[in-house]
Amino acid sequence: MNVMDTRATSAMLYLDGVHVSFDGFHAINNLSLTLEPGEMRAIIGPNGAGKTTMMDIITGKTKPDEGTVLFDGVTDLTRLDETRIAELGIGRKFQKPTVFESQTVQDNLLLALNVDHSVRGTLFWRGSRAESERIDKVLETIRLTDARNRLAGSLSHGQKQWLEIGMLLAQDPKLLLVDEPVAGMTDVETHLTAELLKEINKTHTVMVVEHDMTFVRELGVKVTCLHEGSVLAEGTIDQVSSNERVIEVYLGR
Amino acid sequence: MTPHMLTRSLDRGATIFLAIVAACGILIPLSNLLLPAGSFLQVPTYLVALWGKYVCYAILALSIDLIWGYCGILSLGHGAFFALGGYAMGMYLMRQIGSRGVYGNPILPDFMVFLNWEKLPWYWYGFDMFWFAALMVLVVPGLLAFCFGWLAFRSRVTGVYLSIITQAMTYALLLAFFRNDFGFGGNNGLTDFKDILGFNVQAEGTRAALFALSCLALIVGFLVCRAIVSSKLGKVLIAVRDAESRTRFLGYRVESYKLFVFTVSACMAGVAGALYVPQVGIINPSEFAPGNSIEAVVWVAVGGRGTLIGAALGAVVVNYAKTFFTSGMLAPYWLFMLGALFILVTLLLPKGIVGTFNSWWESSREKRLAGVAASAAAEDGITEPKLAEKRS
Repeated sequence: MNVMDTRATSAMLYLDGVHVSFDGFHAINNLSLTLEPGEMRAIIGPNGAGKTTMMDIITGKTKPDEGTVLFDGVTDLTRLDETRIAELGIGRKFQKPTVFESQTVQDNLLLALNVDHSVRGTLFWRGSRAESERIDKVLETIRLTDARNRLAGSLSHGQKQWLEIGMLLAQDPKLLLVDEPVAGMTDVETHLTAELLKEINKTHTVMVVEHDMTFVRELGVKVTCLHEGSVLAEGTIDQVSSNERVIEVYLGR
Repeated sequence: MTPHMLTRSLDRGATIFLAIVAACGILIPLSNLLLPAGSFLQVPTYLVALWGKYVCYAILALSIDLIWGYCGILSLGHGAFFALGGYAMGMYLMRQIGSRGVYGNPILPDFMVFLNWEKLPWYWYGFDMFWFAALMVLVVPGLLAFCFGWLAFRSRVTGVYLSIITQAMTYALLLAFFRNDFGFGGNNGLTDFKDILGFNVQAEGTRAALFALSCLALIVGFLVCRAIVSSKLGKVLIAVRDAESRTRFLGYRVESYKLFVFTVSACMAGVAGALYVPQVGIINPSEFAPGNSIEAVVWVAVGGRGTLIGAALGAVVVNYAKTFFTSGMLAPYWLFMLGALFILVTLLLPKGIVGTFNSWWESSREKRLAGVAASAAAEDGITEPKLAEKRS
C-alpha cells in the first residue's frame, strides 16, 4: 500500500483541537497548529501561554485530554511514550539547558547519536570511524572542538545551550523542538545561534520557542503567538507584532 | 566479555586493586596452610574465616555501588538478594548433611523432622546437587530483582520511594523466613553444615579454599562491573543517574537499563551470600533485617560511591572497625558509632575515601601538568597549554 494514501495530512506536525488541563487550569485550550516539512516556526507568547506544555505534549511527557497530534502525517503521538517518540525522530532542547554535567562534551554527543539504543547494543558498543566523524562534525558546528574533553558541567551557560543544540544535531531528528535557545546568551552568541538554527533548518524541520524578539526577527520565519493555550495570531513577525490583540496581551504597548 | 571490553575496563587503579586482591587471595591461604602455626607470618584460621566474610561483604558492596553509584538506584534492600543467595547455598549444605543429622533422616533436614514433616517440600528438590544450587544462587535473586524491577521501573518509581519499597521487600522476606511453615528452618535458619563438595566445611584447607574463591569472585565481580561501567552502557547509566528524563528524550528506554543493571547487581549479591554462608556456618532470617541492607549502603558511602574500588574498600574498613569495636568494652555503642560515621562521612567526605583521594589526585596532577606546560610554553613559545586531559 502506498504510504501517501494513509497520510491524513502532508504536515510534519499536525495539532488539532488539543486540550489539556491540570487541576482545572486549562493549560492548552483548543490548540491547532501545523508545521510543514522543512519549515521553521517561531512560537512566541507570554508566560503561561502553554508553549512548554505544547512541547511536553508533542514529546509524550504530557498526555492531552483530547485532540489530535499527528507526526509525519501518520503517527498518533498521543499514544506513545517519550522514548518511542524520540526514536521516531523528534528531538527536544529544554528551556533550562540539560546536559549530562558529569560527562565530557564528547560523551554527551556520543550519547545523543541516533544509533542502536538497546541495552545489548550499548553494552557491546565499540566506537566506529563513522561515529567519531559525526561527533567531530557536530563539535565543529557548535564550536566546541577545543572543549571536547571538558566536563559538560564546566561549560559556560551559552556553551551548554550550544552543546544541547549539538546533541540535537547528533540525534538528527526529523523535527527539532527548541525551547528558548538564547536565554541568557550575549548578543554575539544570540546572533550566532540564529545563524546556526538557520543552517540546521536547511535539512530539518524546526520549532523554536523564544521570548527574544530581536532573535525571532533575525530568524525571519513564520511566527505563531500563543495565548492562554491557543493560537492568537499567526504570520510574519511584522504582521504578528502589529496585531492589536497580540500587543494587548503580550507586548504590553 | 570480549577482549576490547576487558582492556577498556582496566585502568591503573583497577589493575592495582585487582593485583592486591589476587595477592591476598593467594598469599593468605598459603600462609595459613604452609607456615607453622604460631609463626609470625602465619595467618590463623579464625582470621582467614573472618577476612573471607569481609571479602563477601566487599562483593555485596560492589553490587550496591553498581546500581547506586552509577545509576542512582538506592536499594535499601540489597541484603535480601545476599540472603537469598546464602539460603540457596545453605539448602545445598543442609542436603549434604544426610543421615549425619541429629535425627539421622537421610533426606529430611533436622528441622523438618522436628516439625513432623513427612516428605521434602518441592522447592527443596535438586538442592542435593551442587550445580543446581549454584545455579539457584544466581537465578533466585536475579529473578526476584527482575520481577521487582520490572514492576517498579516501569511504573517509574524512583528516588526515596524506590528505596522505601526495597526496604519493604527485604522486611517482607524477613517475616516470611521467620515462619516455620515456610520451610527454611524458621527462626534458626540453616546451620550445622558438614561438608561442601565432599570437603569438611570446618577444615582449614576448605576455609583457605573458600577464602581464595571469595577473592576470585571479588575479582570477577569487579571485572564485570568495570566492563559495564566503562562501556557505552555505563555512560547511559550515568546519564540516567544525572538526568533521567533527558535520557528518555534521547530515545533510551531507561527502564530496560535499570532493569538490566539491577538484575546483574542482585545476582552478584547472591554470589556474595552463597560464599558467605559456608564461611560463617549459618544462614538465618536476620540476614534479611533492613538494618543489614542499610549498613551495606553505609560501607559504599564511606568508601566512595561510584568508584567500585571504594565500595570494596569501605566494606572492609567499616567491617574491620565493627569487629574491633564490638569485641571490646565499646560494644554497646557500635550502632551509635556507625550512625556517627555515616553523618561525618556525608558532611566531611561526601565523595567517600576513594572519591576524595581521586579528586585530590586529579587536581594535583593538573597542577603538575600546568607547571610542565607552562615551562614548556615558556621555552617553545606555545601559548595554549592543553590541560584538558581526558579523565580515565
